[in-house]
Amino acid sequence: MANIMLWEAIRRAHDEEMTNDPLVICMGEDIGVAGGTYKATNGLYDKYGPERVIDTPISENGFTGLAIGASFIGVRPIVEIMSVNFAWLAMDQIFNTAAKVRYMSGGQLEAPVVIRSAGGTAHQLGAQHSARMEKVFMGIAGLRVVTPSNPKQAYGLLKSAVRCNDPVFINEHEIMYNMKGEVPDEEFFHPLEGSEVTRPGRDITLFGYNISVHWCLQAADILSKKHGIEAEVVDLYALNPLDREGIRNSVSKTHRAMIVEEAEAAVGVGSEVMAIINEECFYELDAPPGRVSAKNVPIPYNHTLEKAAIPNANDVVNAVLNMFGKNG
Amino acid sequence: MDVAAKKRLLREMLFARRFEERCYEAYVERKIGGFLHLYSGEEACAHGVLEAANIGSDYVITSYRDHIHAIKSGMDPKEVMAELYAKETGCCKGLGGSMHIFGVEHRFMGGYALVGGPFPLAAGLAKGIKMKGGSEICICFLGDAANNQGTFHESLNMAKIWNLPVLYVCENNLYGIGTRIDRSTAVVDQYKRVSGYDIPSEQVDGQDVEVVYAAAQKAINHVRSGKGPYFLELMTYRYRGHSMSDSNAYRAKDEERVWSKRDPIIMLRDRLVEAGEITEDDYKKMDDEILEDIENNVIKFSEESPEPSMDLLEKYVLAENDPWVHGGPK
Repeated sequence: MANIMLWEAIRRAHDEEMTNDPLVICMGEDIGVAGGTYKATNGLYDKYGPERVIDTPISENGFTGLAIGASFIGVRPIVEIMSVNFAWLAMDQIFNTAAKVRYMSGGQLEAPVVIRSAGGTAHQLGAQHSARMEKVFMGIAGLRVVTPSNPKQAYGLLKSAVRCNDPVFINEHEIMYNMKGEVPDEEFFHPLEGSEVTRPGRDITLFGYNISVHWCLQAADILSKKHGIEAEVVDLYALNPLDREGIRNSVSKTHRAMIVEEAEAAVGVGSEVMAIINEECFYELDAPPGRVSAKNVPIPYNHTLEKAAIPNANDVVNAVLNMFGKNG
Repeated sequence: MDVAAKKRLLREMLFARRFEERCYEAYVERKIGGFLHLYSGEEACAHGVLEAANIGSDYVITSYRDHIHAIKSGMDPKEVMAELYAKETGCCKGLGGSMHIFGVEHRFMGGYALVGGPFPLAAGLAKGIKMKGGSEICICFLGDAANNQGTFHESLNMAKIWNLPVLYVCENNLYGIGTRIDRSTAVVDQYKRVSGYDIPSEQVDGQDVEVVYAAAQKAINHVRSGKGPYFLELMTYRYRGHSMSDSNAYRAKDEERVWSKRDPIIMLRDRLVEAGEITEDDYKKMDDEILEDIENNVIKFSEESPEPSMDLLEKYVLAENDPWVHGGPK
């Protein structure tokens, strides 16, 4: 078991998969000679060469479409889109081709492409480099969406995504690449469906994913130590499809739910999880489910305003206390 | 091109024309739903280019005006028509429709309905060919109006810098939906636009199948020999509107008359008649045979085929029983 950074875990997954299959390639802006903005492909250019580690022009729709076309005939591309804000430009090919081609061809073609992209608020990157888009991707039939909250998941999800025959979008976070965590030394494939109880509890379920899992864990700690509330934290590492069974099981146990997301609330992970709770276990609830989300604004540049735009662990604590009728 | 090939092409192009006209009738009868984009008038483009290709080996990809490219790529017209009829015997089991004809076993990689969408997909197929060390090429057919999409520029750029074996064929029928090219496009000669990417290109008469064939041979030789992408512009004309929902009111009758005198089928027929290779009666007989074949085989098959089973509704969304979804094979 090695304690490594998240970028190192992603890099290791690339390296192993590229060694395993000569048709695995990776491509994106600055990922080759420059080693990658997040170092996730560092050193791979020298090891595998320019045909397999491809520095692309700044043409997101073009190179994503190219990767999808190559995937039709056996190539296994891992595309890095530098910021999820730029993935909008590739939306046509992701949405109209990758997610639909198996269906509209009656099962004749499929697009086993992996698209990794970093989103989220980092350090004053401004409105056009700070957005999150998982809410958009997770609503697309035919596209799997996963999002790692730690290096082990980042490694194992990428490994499985490369081998899975569906297109997989991996939603990473700008400020999590240097996060450290344990990754098993032996090869490991993380499931692309399901959820994980990161901290068991009995009084309320805090649903998080990616960075918000950490806010949930911090909040659960405070709630336990200061307020005697034992929160269960469920990591929704798979956003499409969402784990209905896992959501039902946890809420049926705790009877309360709070969904925590960095993005704006509207049409988001929180709304979808709430809908699932309604459909699956409404009568188990002791209180209306709540959600903690970003303000409904583009992300501002000013650091104080930026911090105020997105939630943190204290917001989660306060929301939970309100739900329990205790003023935080 | 020898006489036998010319005669065969005449039959194939006449079949294509009659096939599309029969689609028109079936659409009016509401046997075909959705959008329907017909190829009548443009037959020499697909036939001339693919005659020069290794059909079944080279990859072909195109837009939503795709029936004839599919058939020329080796697909059975029955499975194409049955798809238009939305039947389970259709090539895509009734899930695709007119704009999404696929015949992957023939390396016909599909029709796509976002204008310009196939440009990068074609470059990707070419990248795949190159990685696997094959001698195939990818041929991408698109209309002139697709060249105003960003994908045109992005894909030509990538195809050039990575020296990809892809032939882009521009079927320039002068209209993007209902807007004439000189009203939508700064440079109307499409082959000139490619010079910005240092890709060789040529503009030829797209109504003369022999001219198209000769130009395609040259283009394909270039691509197959490893010299990178090539762009071929074929000047052509569609007789129908953009789709069946298009009243076609934007085109001058004079313009239509001029182009109708350059009909690709009639031109080839007249040439063969003048050379004494066929007679007017032979042509009439061929036409009758084709009409009968379409009615007795293609239409009959489509009419009699079953509706798709409801099991298909949710079948091809995600891969079935993919072990990697659950952590790998146990």
